[in-house]
Amino acid sequence: MDQPRSALTQTADAAAPSLRGAHGASAAVAAKRDVRLDLFRGLALWLIFLDHIPSNAVSWVTIRNYGFSDATEIFVFISGYTAAFVYGRAMHERGFVLATARVLRRAWQVYAAHIFLFMIYMAEIAYVAGSFDNPLYAEEMGILDFLKQPDVTLVQALLLKFKPAGMDILPLYIILLVGFPPLLWLLRRLPVVALAASVTLYALSWQFDWNMPAYPSGEWVFNPFAWQLIFVFGAWCALGGSERLAPLVRSPATQGLAVAYLLFAFLITLTWYFPRYGHYVPRWLADFMYPIDKMNLDPLRFAHFLALAVLTVRFIPRDWPPLKSELLRPLVLCGQHSLEIFCLGVFLAFAGHFFLVEVSDRLTAQVLVSALGIAAMIATAWLLSWYKRAEGRASGSGPKQPDADLAGGEA
Amino acid sequence: MRTLWLALAGVFACVGTALAQTGDCTEAAALVHADAGLSRAAPAIASRHELKVLVAGSASSILAGPGGTRAAYPVTLQSALSKRLPGVAVSVVNTAKPRQTAAEMLASFGQVLAEQKPDLVIWQTGTVDAMRAIDVDQFRAALEKGVDQLRAGGADVMLMNMQYSPRTESMIAADPYAEIMRGVALREEIPIFDRLAVMKAWNDEGTFDLSTTTKNSEMAEQVHVCIGRLLADLVVEAVDFAKEAKQGK
Repeated sequence: MDQPRSALTQTADAAAPSLRGAHGASAAVAAKRDVRLDLFRGLALWLIFLDHIPSNAVSWVTIRNYGFSDATEIFVFISGYTAAFVYGRAMHERGFVLATARVLRRAWQVYAAHIFLFMIYMAEIAYVAGSFDNPLYAEEMGILDFLKQPDVTLVQALLLKFKPAGMDILPLYIILLVGFPPLLWLLRRLPVVALAASVTLYALSWQFDWNMPAYPSGEWVFNPFAWQLIFVFGAWCALGGSERLAPLVRSPATQGLAVAYLLFAFLITLTWYFPRYGHYVPRWLADFMYPIDKMNLDPLRFAHFLALAVLTVRFIPRDWPPLKSELLRPLVLCGQHSLEIFCLGVFLAFAGHFFLVEVSDRLTAQVLVSALGIAAMIATAWLLSWYKRAEGRASGSGPKQPDADLAGGEA
Repeated sequence: MRTLWLALAGVFACVGTALAQTGDCTEAAALVHADAGLSRAAPAIASRHELKVLVAGSASSILAGPGGTRAAYPVTLQSALSKRLPGVAVSVVNTAKPRQTAAEMLASFGQVLAEQKPDLVIWQTGTVDAMRAIDVDQFRAALEKGVDQLRAGGADVMLMNMQYSPRTESMIAADPYAEIMRGVALREEIPIFDRLAVMKAWNDEGTFDLSTTTKNSEMAEQVHVCIGRLLADLVVEAVDFAKEAKQGK
C-alpha cells in the first residue's frame, strides 16, 4: 500500500506532491504498476482455486485456516486498487464518459464469463443427475430438481439471483464495476468523502440488513453493500490513500497491533479445528465475536485483512528484489490475467472435484489435482502474456498506454 | 473417560457380529463425544427406568425405498440403547419427513411435544436448508428457537448435522450450515452428533466408499446401522456427562 522509507525519500518523489489531494489520478499515470498487486492477486487466485475443490486436503495451506479473512478479501481489495489505477488514468486522459464506457465493457465481460461458468456447472450437474442414484442420498439428490424447471432456473441465473455454490465472487465484481464510474469520479475529487460514503453504506447495510435477493431463497453470499467497503478502500489507496496512510502503517504501534491481532486470530482459529480447546475462549469474547459474518464482511475479517496488509507492505517493499525473480514470475503472470485465470480456476475446481469423485479421492490424488490445476493456471497465464506481447508487436504502435500490457484490460 | 468409551465401543463392535462385513465403523468414534450433558434424560433413566427418544428430521433419517424406515438409523439407535441401558425401557419414535427445513420442522414441535412427551429429541437438520440456500441468520434463528421450544417442553435436545455427500459437495454448500449447528450446540450447551465429520472420516479411511454410484440399498443400510450405534454411544456418554456434572456440584 505504500512505499518503503527508502523509496519515499529518494526517487518516486517527484510525483509525490501531486499524489496528495485532488490530482491523484495524474500521479497514477506517472507511477509504474506495482508488481506486488499482481503477485498477491495471483496468490489469491491460487488460494481460491484450492479452496474451491471440496474436501481438498491441500487447502490446509490457505490463509483461511490461520485467521479470520481469506483470499476473497485480497482479491476484492486488489481489484478495487487496480480498477482505480487503470480507469482513474482513463478518466484523467479521456474523460468521464469514455472511462465509464470502458468500465461497463469490463462489467459485461465479467458477466459473460460468469454465464460461461454457469454453463459448465449445468453440464456437470446434468451429468451427475444422469449417473448417480444412491439411496443413501435420496435427499441430497433433490438439489438436481432445478433441472426440471429450466425456465425458472436459467432466467434466475441470468438475473444473477441463482448462483451455484462457489460462483459468488464474479456477480459481486459485476455489481461493484457497474457502480464504479460515479464512485471513481468522486474519489478523484473528494477522496475522503467517497471513502466516508462507502463506510456509511457499509454501516447502513449492517443496520438495516440490506442485501441482494438470491434464488431459490436467501441473499447474496457476498453482500455487495458490505463488500464494497474493501473494494472502495482499495480504490482509495490507489488514488493517493496509501501515501496518506504511510506514516500510520510504518509506526511501531500499528505494526505491533497488527502482529498481536494476527496472533489472536490464529489462536481463535485453532479452537475451530481443535474444539476441545474451545472452552479457553471466554464466554463474553465468544458472544462478542461469533458469528464471524463472511456474507457481510465482518469487521473482524476486515481488520484481519488490514493487519495482513500492514505487515505485507512493511516486509515486502515495492522494490523487493524477489519481485523480479523467475521464481515468483508464475504468480505475477496469473495476477496479471486475473479474470481469465479466475474463471479457469473455477472450472478446474469443478473438474478436479469430478476427478476426485470419479477416479480417486486419496490424498495423493488431491495433491495431484491441486498441483496440475496450478500448473494449468500458470501455463494459461503465460500463454495469454505471450499472445498479448505478440499482438502488441504486430500491431506496431497501437494506442499507447505505458504498460498497457500489464494494466490494459486487467482491472 | 474417553479411552474407556473408546475401548467399550471397540468391544461392542467386535461383539456385534451382525456387522462383521462393514468392518469397524466405530473407528470414527473419536469424532463423537459429549461436551454437554442430557440433564433431563439422565433422571428419567435413573428414576423412571425409561427413556423416550424422538427423532425429528428430514429424508436422511428415513431410508428411501420399501421398508426403508425399518432400516434407518433410529431403529439401530433403539436396539443399541436398549443394550447399553439394561433395565431401561427405551423407545425411539421417528417423525422425520422429507424436504423439511429447520424452520418448517419447528412448526410441528409444539404438537409433537404434547403428543409424545419425549425425554430427548434428536434434531437432524441442515440438509434442506443448505440445498435451498436459506439465509444463514434465519437458519441460526430457527435452530435457537427450536432448541428453546423443545427445552421449554421438558425435553433434552441433541443436534445432528447433514450427511457427507461427496458427489453433491460442489453443489450444496453444507459447511456454513454445519458450522452454525456446531456453534449453536456449543453456545446452548447441548450435545451434537457431527454426522458430516463422521461420514467424511469413513470415506477418507475407506470404511465406506460414499461416492459409489450403486443403486443398491445395502451400503446405505450399513451406514445407518453405524450411525445408529455411534449415536447410542453419544446418548449414553451425554447422560453420564450430566450425572458427573450433578455429582460435581
